[in-house]
Amino acid sequence: MADLIIRGATLQGRTVDVLVEGGVIQDVLPHDAARRMEAARVQDAAGLVLLPSLVDVHVHLREPGLEYKETIATGLAAAARGGIGRVCCMANTSPVNDTAAVTSFMLEQARKSHPHGPWLHPIGALTMGLKGQDMAPMAELAEAGCVAFSNDGLPVLDSERFRRAMEYAASVGRMVIDHCEDPFLAPGTGVNESALTARMGLKGQPSVGEAAQVARDVLLAGYLKLPVHIAHVSCREAVELIAWAKAKGVDVTAETCPHYLCYTEEAVRGYNTLAKVSPPLRGEDDRLALIQALNEGVIDFLATDHAPHAMHEKEHPFEEAPNGISWLDTALAKCWELVRTGRLDEGRFVQAASTGPGERFGLGVNRFRPGDPADVVLFDPELSWTVTPEALHSRGKNAICLGETLRGRVVGHYLAGVAVI
Amino acid sequence: MQHDTARSWRHKDLLDICQLSLEDVLLILDTADYFQEINSRPTKKVPTLKGRSVVLFFAEPSTRTKTSFDVAGKRLSADTFSLAKSGSSLQKGESLKDTALTLQAMRPDAIVIRHEQNGAAEFMASRLECAVINAGDGRHAHPTQALLDAYTLREQWGMMAGKTLCILGDIAHSRVARSNVILLTLMGVNVRLCGPRTLMPYGVETWPVTVHDRVEEAVEGADAVMCLRLQLERQQAGLLPDLREYAARYCLTSARLALANAGARVLHPGPINRGLEIAADVADAPESCILDQVAAGVAVRMALLFLHLTRKG
Repeated sequence: MADLIIRGATLQGRTVDVLVEGGVIQDVLPHDAARRMEAARVQDAAGLVLLPSLVDVHVHLREPGLEYKETIATGLAAAARGGIGRVCCMANTSPVNDTAAVTSFMLEQARKSHPHGPWLHPIGALTMGLKGQDMAPMAELAEAGCVAFSNDGLPVLDSERFRRAMEYAASVGRMVIDHCEDPFLAPGTGVNESALTARMGLKGQPSVGEAAQVARDVLLAGYLKLPVHIAHVSCREAVELIAWAKAKGVDVTAETCPHYLCYTEEAVRGYNTLAKVSPPLRGEDDRLALIQALNEGVIDFLATDHAPHAMHEKEHPFEEAPNGISWLDTALAKCWELVRTGRLDEGRFVQAASTGPGERFGLGVNRFRPGDPADVVLFDPELSWTVTPEALHSRGKNAICLGETLRGRVVGHYLAGVAVI
Repeated sequence: MQHDTARSWRHKDLLDICQLSLEDVLLILDTADYFQEINSRPTKKVPTLKGRSVVLFFAEPSTRTKTSFDVAGKRLSADTFSLAKSGSSLQKGESLKDTALTLQAMRPDAIVIRHEQNGAAEFMASRLECAVINAGDGRHAHPTQALLDAYTLREQWGMMAGKTLCILGDIAHSRVARSNVILLTLMGVNVRLCGPRTLMPYGVETWPVTVHDRVEEAVEGADAVMCLRLQLERQQAGLLPDLREYAARYCLTSARLALANAGARVLHPGPINRGLEIAADVADAPESCILDQVAAGVAVRMALLFLHLTRKG
């Protein structure tokens, strides 16, 4: 007898029952066929959408050091509610995650607060202190549990050092995730360079400042025959370069984020600091290019770049406010708008937000095949809820969709067969 | 004063020119006309705003704008209070939100704000019940400067529509240029912009103006030329090779001014760099309206304080 049966949920258009035993998927049967099956626990899921837990490869938790913005406990609680079962956290904590001690501390905090998951997978600093100079001790960090390396937030402009770091990471069996932006051409002002932002008096980050670094990275990856992962792609030019590299056979993957798919720079009108993010929100043409690229697989993954901040930090004049958007609670519901309206294929969504990144970074993958980890989200596509600060489990209330009413909400979440909400 | 109720002021704040209709603009300028006349009397003070208080919150250095608002308030018998960044809690790291709440608690009737942050006036206005008048925010807007420039030009030209103004210099970093482009094109003026491309805002081709690389071309046939102050740090930021080359190429000299229409006026929001963006003799020439702008500034700011503080509802 199975430990758990999830009855009557919709899996990619089929009504199924999912049998879970020993933390793994035992079987997925048509609902009618499974009617007489029994289990220790039965979860009625009629009318609910069945998804594998999402894998978010781009998250900022703020522990250690900036716990007033987010802790590992609050971040993982938000992830559980948001249907995210695996959280890859970036290294820009204080201190930076450039020593095994920090990595171990992060994992310990996760284990203590969420013994049954969501699972934390730290991403180590590529360079010491994220300063772009000396390499971090990647072997030690990998051994402690880092799944990849990145200088996210502080791109390495020195191409020689970046090349050597890519090579060294490969020798410890890890990949580099790169925040592609030339910090001189595109300083982190958090808005696109455009006629709109120039009118507002703001200095912008031109998309060419991103695309130029994407070009460097894919050329290096091709030259060195090494993999590279491009973080938070925001513009059409970067999409075109990635498509070119893939056609050449370069081992490149790329992610984009919910904000680039669901919003444009219009959101910054009125100096709205909740829409201040780097790379910045761009134009409608870029947004459409990204949706198409995600559907076509040119952009491989959907990651959130969850960047929690205290609300008082966002309540400043625009240029003084920090960059970043809080997403862990809301990303699935927001992106489901694209699925519901047919702009994003559901199968592609699942691949982009769960199985694809899980496979690329060597994390658990649930394809609902016997033996897969029972990491399962039950999503009610009709349940509407309004995004208020109180509704968010993240300490970062800086959601760009604050005040919006979203349709669809996670109502069940199992990791290795154990309910985590 | 007698006031035409059909032409009433409906704005709580003045943040940016783009919030104004042509009717609003004409109401301001006509009201300023009245105060300009008062300013020419031996006794320049009227009791209109007696008992009302105006806070002058200048977080960025300013002499003429601040003095202009101070004089304007006092001529209307309002009590004016100055709050500068140096010596205030802002220097101790107080956030603008907390400054706003603190000022609000003192119940002023209006706050005039100058701040280096784009959107600072809007930020304050959304948190304050009193009137907020933007006296310059970052590179974004300087609506009272544009209004006094329009006032000056109307005084000089009589008719605005169909006239041509050339704005010369650092457009990219200029809130004066942004506000003037919006206001003067609203009033039917043809606006030309001229300066090196490093000092042009991104997307300027979408503005309702023509853009010129060469001063001679931009000035030819113009009815007025407005020079903008060149901030010396633009050279250090890598936007200009050196100031000598800038002066040689873009300084408004009498030879260049001679290409404009006969009687063309010269404006400058000040403070001027003699010999850099404007030749000394041009600044002192009879065509120069720089001091008329200062006088217009007081009248326009009196009009704005009057309209905001006597607004109904």
